[in-house]
Amino acid sequence: MASGIVVGMTRNDTPKRGGNAVEVRGLVKHFGATKALDGVDLDVREGTVLGVLGPNGAGKTTLVRCLSTLLRPDAGTARVAGYDVVAQPRQLRRVIGLTGQYASVDEKLSGRENLYMIGRLLDLSRKHAWRRADEMLERFSLTEAAKRPAAQYSGGMRRRLDLAASMIGSPSVLYLDEPTTGLDPRTRNEVWAEVQRMVAEGATVLLTTQYMEEAEQLADELTVVDRGRVVAGGLVHELKAKVGGRTLQIRPADRDAVRAMAGAIARSGPAGVSGATADEAEGLVNVPIVSDEQLTAVVGLLAREGFTVAGISTHLPSLDEVFLAITGQKTSTPVAGADGAEGAGGAGTDAREEVAV
Amino acid sequence: MSAATTMAPPAAAQNPDSRIGLRAHCRHIGALARRNLLQIKADPESMFDAVAMPIIFTLMFVYVFGGAVAGKGNQEVYVNYLVPGLMAMTGIQIAMAVGSGVHEDFKKGVMDRFRTMPIARSSVLVAKIIVEVGRMLVATAIQLGMGFALGLSIGTSWLHLLGAVALSLVFGASLMWIFILVGLTMKTAQAVQGVAMLVLMPLQFASSIFAPTSTMPGWLKAFADYNPLANLADASRALINGGAVAHSVWMTLGWAVAITVVTAPLAVAKFRKKT
Repeated sequence: MASGIVVGMTRNDTPKRGGNAVEVRGLVKHFGATKALDGVDLDVREGTVLGVLGPNGAGKTTLVRCLSTLLRPDAGTARVAGYDVVAQPRQLRRVIGLTGQYASVDEKLSGRENLYMIGRLLDLSRKHAWRRADEMLERFSLTEAAKRPAAQYSGGMRRRLDLAASMIGSPSVLYLDEPTTGLDPRTRNEVWAEVQRMVAEGATVLLTTQYMEEAEQLADELTVVDRGRVVAGGLVHELKAKVGGRTLQIRPADRDAVRAMAGAIARSGPAGVSGATADEAEGLVNVPIVSDEQLTAVVGLLAREGFTVAGISTHLPSLDEVFLAITGQKTSTPVAGADGAEGAGGAGTDAREEVAV
Repeated sequence: MSAATTMAPPAAAQNPDSRIGLRAHCRHIGALARRNLLQIKADPESMFDAVAMPIIFTLMFVYVFGGAVAGKGNQEVYVNYLVPGLMAMTGIQIAMAVGSGVHEDFKKGVMDRFRTMPIARSSVLVAKIIVEVGRMLVATAIQLGMGFALGLSIGTSWLHLLGAVALSLVFGASLMWIFILVGLTMKTAQAVQGVAMLVLMPLQFASSIFAPTSTMPGWLKAFADYNPLANLADASRALINGGAVAHSVWMTLGWAVAITVVTAPLAVAKFRKKT
């Protein structure tokens, strides 16, 4: 929650301009009677991160598999770096990198051998392939484990090796399919840092995730998918703004003053503010605001009334709330009917817990 | 994705970099074969079948059936009959393992990586076959060593012996395509094993590998005479012991080519389409 404003200001206010690295139009993919993708349109601008957000079974993985030539779409078109996924799969494979939900490395081989193999498959010379492998091991802090079989790696190390393998060929477009699913928070932060570094180096990233926090951290723009359709899209803060205004959170120095403070704000209603509530458990006063003038008025009022304020912050609504507002369902609710959502209830709930902690 | 490749030529002509040259193709196969070898190095037990099977089969058949087929005390005569034929069977047992190997491989994420890389998708399978033929060679060498220890003698020349070995490797490689196809088609590893056994049992025993076909009933003898395993057994027997070579060798090669021509493209297509 606390990261809401920071992300809103640093990332999204400096959008990089450029062409589209990924262009998807009316993409359809059926599995029997199930429409995994039901006419998806989306663009990823060069050098940016698009977060594809959706619950289990929304079609995120199917989308990534279509865009990486693992699945052939039934209808629609998709171009990646200018190459058509159906007509030019070989050219396309030269410019993409894929890190899936499951580590795609050979577990019996050491990390170094895995990376060397990928280098050779990308037509590097033997010498160059070894050098590149060592560079990548260094960069992803795997040098110490370089000669151990990947099977002995921890979940986080395996994911890092997987990212390293995807980066060997310096792909211009990188797909990350739920890159931190199943990782502990510390490892997750490591993976986030790596992704941010790749983006800083100019990669275009299409990231699928069920974690609100992940999308907020990494994405410039968001596309919300549900049941194979795009239900919303836009800059992260735009999406949030669509759902409603900000919440002003005030922490009085004296915990017992929350009621009195909320009462004072409610009574005088500066600049049309209404709906102030006291959260005695947290020792916070929550005030919904729609403008900077309201914020200033509330702060002025508190000073006049003689309250001592220990902390003050504003928050955009969480992406969880965004999702709820857009699709009319909680992210953790299994999708009714078609998609055969597996393990639903996991990720969405986790995200909310993280936010609460 | 097979349709995609058939649609590709016009695009490929405009973008020469989309083609995978012969040298690059060999490099890819080399890198993937290296992977398969490293897998064996990491898991030496996977060589157990290639090492133990020829030893056990040779001992078992020579001492269990040898006396009955060739007469008590004449086991050495049977060794010279059996071992060349058994080479065929050993190759087949190894080939069979390829099916479950490919099946297992496919369950792992690394296949997704290979299939999103700019390599010919067949190179994964070709690399696997090359390494398996190597395993087959190890098994055959051990088998011949056992044979020599039990009294096998070469009635022709070392060159003929090498010819026999080469022939069984070629035939074994062609069979691998069948098992790869089975491995890619079946849903479970057990089913892969089951189908493989079902196909192999009649071929192995309704053949001249263990005993001459002359005592078999007419219909079975007819089957055995066209059974590719029997052709191979006859061919390597003729190459090692001496005798008419041409018919059985040509029949074996004919089978190898026919099997490869039919099943290799099917296996590669299946591999491409598999999700």
